[in-house]
Amino acid sequence: MEKITSYILPVITAVIVIFGFAKGLKVFDCFVTGASRGLQSAVKLLPPLMGLVVGVTMLRQSGALEVITKMLLPLAKLTGIPSDVLPLTVLSPISGSGSLTMFEQILKNFGPDSVEGRVASVIMGSTETTFYAVTVYYGSVGIRKSGCTVPAALLADMTSFIVSAMSVSVFDI
Amino acid sequence: MINYIWSAMIIFSVITAFFTGSTDALTSAIISSASDAVSLCIRLGGTICLWGGLMEIAEKSGLTGAVCRLLSPFLKIIFPKMNMKGATAKAISMNVTANLLGLGNAATPLGLEAMKRLQSENSSKDKASSDMIKFVVMNSAAFHLIPTTVAAMRQDYGSKNPFDIMPASWVSSAFALVVGLTAATVIIRISEVIKWKK
Repeated sequence: MEKITSYILPVITAVIVIFGFAKGLKVFDCFVTGASRGLQSAVKLLPPLMGLVVGVTMLRQSGALEVITKMLLPLAKLTGIPSDVLPLTVLSPISGSGSLTMFEQILKNFGPDSVEGRVASVIMGSTETTFYAVTVYYGSVGIRKSGCTVPAALLADMTSFIVSAMSVSVFDI
Repeated sequence: MINYIWSAMIIFSVITAFFTGSTDALTSAIISSASDAVSLCIRLGGTICLWGGLMEIAEKSGLTGAVCRLLSPFLKIIFPKMNMKGATAKAISMNVTANLLGLGNAATPLGLEAMKRLQSENSSKDKASSDMIKFVVMNSAAFHLIPTTVAAMRQDYGSKNPFDIMPASWVSSAFALVVGLTAATVIIRISEVIKWKK
């Protein structure tokens, strides 16, 4: 199983190129046409990403995140999320790199097969950085009014946190 | 919404920094985050170009069409009005495939392609269409069949079985997906009804 993951990307790349070649496409010309469009979207992404990164870094460096986590502590007891995993749930919707660092710390301090380690792993495996997704996806096409995206996505995140804690005990993995 | 959250993030950070005395750290954070954003953007730009190129080949060769046919029964549930043979459905199915395989690096650029197609069908260009909302919510609840990154990290820290979290992770993603999409659909419906009554 460990090996499979390292095959996925190379195999997909090969399948795409072989399939194209077999259909008689000029694969390299096609690649260049597609790739040249990518840079324009990247440039469009800089301003919204800048805003997001500044906000998130400020939140982490000022100690505001710890304050929020402390305020949420009673909620954690209610939902069955281990209190040491709680900082991860606060960080995971807003910062991908931040939650990765936090996840690594939990793995180091408690071990990957502890309750904390397993709940954190399930959370990491089943959520995406919501604010990053909203910023990047809408930013790339110039959408300013996101409607109910953020509340709905955050509700999905919360569901995933609670179910993660529950399913670890149910599956007893 | 984003405007409120962003303002709250910044104001709350500054107030906390005053109380905890971490204004020095905050100052350097503000300055360094600007260059962090640029390097993040360049990294992202690379993967966008790479997958844009590969997708062009997959599209022209008919591979994306085949993947789309495979996923269309599932996509029909979420996007009932969408034309399953169209370019939008194809782009969405490529993004879903990347997510299922746990290829986060590929999922974002492929998702951006789908957003471009969704935007071309959108009637008001600065407001997210209901399909866009559902698509972004779907991505934030990311359904990974194979959680590649997490498993690799678990292995690094000496887990006996790095992949044993998979069933729990599927259940958790599935619940998140259903709750998020239901919430989005219900809110969209309610706002449509309110608009119609006006």
